[in-house]
Amino acid sequence: MDKNIIKQHGLSDEEYKAILKYLGREPNLVELGIFSVMWSEHCSYKSSRVHLKKFPTTGPQVICGPGENAGIVDIGDGQAIVFKMESHNHPSFIEPYQGAATGVGGILRDVFTMGARPIALLDSLRFGAANHAKTPQLVNGVVAGIAGYGNCMGIPTVGGEVYFDESYNGNILVNVMCVGLVKKHQIFRAKASGVGNPVIYVGSKTGRDGIHGATMASDVFDEGSEEKRPTVQVGDPFTEKLLLEACLELMQSAQGRKDVVGIQDMGAAGLTSSSVEMAGRGGVGFEMDLAKVPLRETGMTPYEIMLSESQERMLLVAKKGSEKRIKAFFEKWDLDSEVIGTVVKGGQLSLKVGDELVADLPTIPLTEKAPLYKRPIKKPAWQEKIQELDLATIPLLKDWQEPLLKLLASPSLASKQWVYRQFDHMVGIDTVMIPGGDAAVLRLKGTHKGIAMTTDCNSRYCYLDPFEGGKMAVAEAARNLVCVGAKPLAATDCLNFGNPEKPEIMWQFEQAVLGIAEACRVLGTPIVSGNVSLYNETKGEAIYPTPTIGMVGLLENVEDHCQLGFQQEGDLVVLLGELSEELGGSEYLKVIHGLTRGLPPRVSLDLEKRVQQLCLAGIHAHLIGSAHDCSEGGLAVALAESCFPRELGVEVQIGFPLRPDALLFAETAGRVVVSVKERDLPAFLEMAREVRCPAVVIGKVTRKNFVINQLIQTTTQNLKQVWARGFETSLGV
Amino acid sequence: MKIGIVVFPGSNCDRDCFHVLKTLKQDVRYLWHKNATFPKMDALVLPGGFSYGDYLRTGAIARFSPIMKEVVRFAKGGGKVLGICNGFQVLTETGLLPGVLMRNEGLKFICESVPLEVVNYQTPFTTAYGARSSVQIPIAHMDGNYFADDETLRRLEGEGQVVFRYLNNPNGSARNIAGICSKKGNILGMMPHPERCAEDVLGNQDGRKLFESLIG
Repeated sequence: MDKNIIKQHGLSDEEYKAILKYLGREPNLVELGIFSVMWSEHCSYKSSRVHLKKFPTTGPQVICGPGENAGIVDIGDGQAIVFKMESHNHPSFIEPYQGAATGVGGILRDVFTMGARPIALLDSLRFGAANHAKTPQLVNGVVAGIAGYGNCMGIPTVGGEVYFDESYNGNILVNVMCVGLVKKHQIFRAKASGVGNPVIYVGSKTGRDGIHGATMASDVFDEGSEEKRPTVQVGDPFTEKLLLEACLELMQSAQGRKDVVGIQDMGAAGLTSSSVEMAGRGGVGFEMDLAKVPLRETGMTPYEIMLSESQERMLLVAKKGSEKRIKAFFEKWDLDSEVIGTVVKGGQLSLKVGDELVADLPTIPLTEKAPLYKRPIKKPAWQEKIQELDLATIPLLKDWQEPLLKLLASPSLASKQWVYRQFDHMVGIDTVMIPGGDAAVLRLKGTHKGIAMTTDCNSRYCYLDPFEGGKMAVAEAARNLVCVGAKPLAATDCLNFGNPEKPEIMWQFEQAVLGIAEACRVLGTPIVSGNVSLYNETKGEAIYPTPTIGMVGLLENVEDHCQLGFQQEGDLVVLLGELSEELGGSEYLKVIHGLTRGLPPRVSLDLEKRVQQLCLAGIHAHLIGSAHDCSEGGLAVALAESCFPRELGVEVQIGFPLRPDALLFAETAGRVVVSVKERDLPAFLEMAREVRCPAVVIGKVTRKNFVINQLIQTTTQNLKQVWARGFETSLGV
Repeated sequence: MKIGIVVFPGSNCDRDCFHVLKTLKQDVRYLWHKNATFPKMDALVLPGGFSYGDYLRTGAIARFSPIMKEVVRFAKGGGKVLGICNGFQVLTETGLLPGVLMRNEGLKFICESVPLEVVNYQTPFTTAYGARSSVQIPIAHMDGNYFADDETLRRLEGEGQVVFRYLNNPNGSARNIAGICSKKGNILGMMPHPERCAEDVLGNQDGRKLFESLIG
């Protein structure tokens, strides 16, 4: 085989040698293509697998952990929640609308392929600096793409996050999370079995779009990346909607439950990964005739058919004899369904076109025996330097109102209404808490229960200290859920990092994983699904390490959900947690002083646990009227955000001997701002003592004035104005 | 009451309408668009969504679905038909209601709860609202910008066919129109989604009265 062709397929010399060993011969081009996508970083997790083993993945609530299309947790009453987060970073940078749209399409299929009806979407988005020439266009494209797909599907987009930082100028992040609901006895898995059973292709026809998408996602960007546009898939949400309804009708019917043996969506690496993985999990082989694959273009080669990443397709294995019954479900929705192969004994994937054999590969080397790298790890030489921060060099300002206004107007902290107004966040009529809160809350029809969900990561913290940053992402996600009244259940992750071949990047990766693992263990939220996106680099410049955490929590009674906004004049404002001088890595240093330095706030998981315990207990006992997580922008921003929904004011007096900027803007972990009725205060403080959680009355809700010590004296209206318009103004959208 | 919800390929508020009508204890069923006939019904709902993907003009293909001939016959015979969002677009494309829904003025999808004036509270869909009421009902659409020629608009206003008006026009609709009815009042088309605010748990029940009026 020509060396250039091997290189074009992203395979190293050693990897090619391994292929020769497994096959005992040279592969042909189709086979090489199949190896290249299956062994790509995107599909094989070859650099990350050794580290991912460190995550806690089990618990009494876990029905299905990592390894399937999505994770599943038990929520009682015979119901379960299916969820996962996935990245679509590279395609979204090259072609923002379609890249983001197909990101949504892909994660939806991961959830409904398990038999669950998707009930919500969340998006964790990171763009370059707001004033970077490309940013507004990327923001417009990505938001429109998510809206275009999710809205048409009728799945509400209920939450997420949007951050801006130069670190993403050449490599944006689009992480999409989907949450689905399933009856426990109707869960389907992606495992083939039963020699002689038919392999059935359903959904859209196969075209030439997205060929080598998985390989592209496993490479860094350079000057010519825009030329890779044809590798971006094109989404058709209408067809996906039909596919969703047809699949669920089939899977939820009594006969369908008996007929369908296994089912998997055709995502990255399309027909290749779905067939290889399903056969691999079941320890069987597939024999498929590619001439039977429904095609949308003429003259497609076997190579193109196997590597196409055309969207809205599924592969299923059914009981022999059920072919006609299954076809009827898809015919109703005007979708193609074709028997394209059979389950065979042994572990061989044999591909034919008519009678001609075009590829013949054992599946084990493609899956279990895929390369596994223990990449070298080295702490970056600059790491300790960026952690140095001498507060004495940070000048104290004369006026503290100006920096607060500036922070509220900065696009990362300003209202995201411009974004979520474009997302249908109410379809499905389950959305109890709409976007803009600490977490979204959905009711579950026919029960009293509610489900809360959130995504979280502060990548600046992760850059400054990936271990603490990883811990913080988990702690904050859990805190967000607790603030709305939900008990955190389990998490999914989307680990976005640079080039794993650089030891410094792998150090970041390992540290972040260790931090996440520790926090998940202490807070009792196992990782049940996830995704790794590496090679997020442009011209040698890596993004900040961004391990996004998606988390799901349960409310036994959805009526108990709690808002972040202060409820009534006269209520007391109580701060749970502690004050400190931790200004490292803060928005304040970044936005006001242009610095990304220092040690990020350190999470004491023990304190975090107690704060969350108190907050949740206080909400359930109806002692807390509002609760808001205190994070980016610190106490001042948290107080302002608590004032906005009902346009109330606050008057705060805190004895604090340290720097005023630390009082206002430090992002100390484990803090929640709550409001409590005066008559409920004694009971609440007693509760705090019982769980040994610091809780201090810091002020009172007022009609409209916003006052903190002698430092800030303004009105809520003044602050809200800049916050409400900040996003559009910064971006010029 | 026997209520049929027409399901087109791409409808996505059919299940929501079904749920609300079920909670109001109605005999509700789905009517598949491919069926040219349907059993006797007291009212029909054309739900929101993206029928046929809305890849052409919204509602333009759905009007050719086999079921639509029978829907038109039902409506012309005085049967009550409620078209919400995409359903409203289908009704204008079919000619059962005048005018057209164009792309929003701002060229963006808008999802938010908006204040409305109930202009005509004497239709079969609005009697429970009473005079001069204003309500808060969510919208969620890309093409809700109502347009008709001046003469049509004058006639609609003159004959009490404007049923809902936006208090802060979000999409550029002519005369702030959010919903209109047929001359006889038995067909209502509206862009806002009353089914999204018909239950206590969702924090707003302003849409519930519309269904209660319909049920009578």
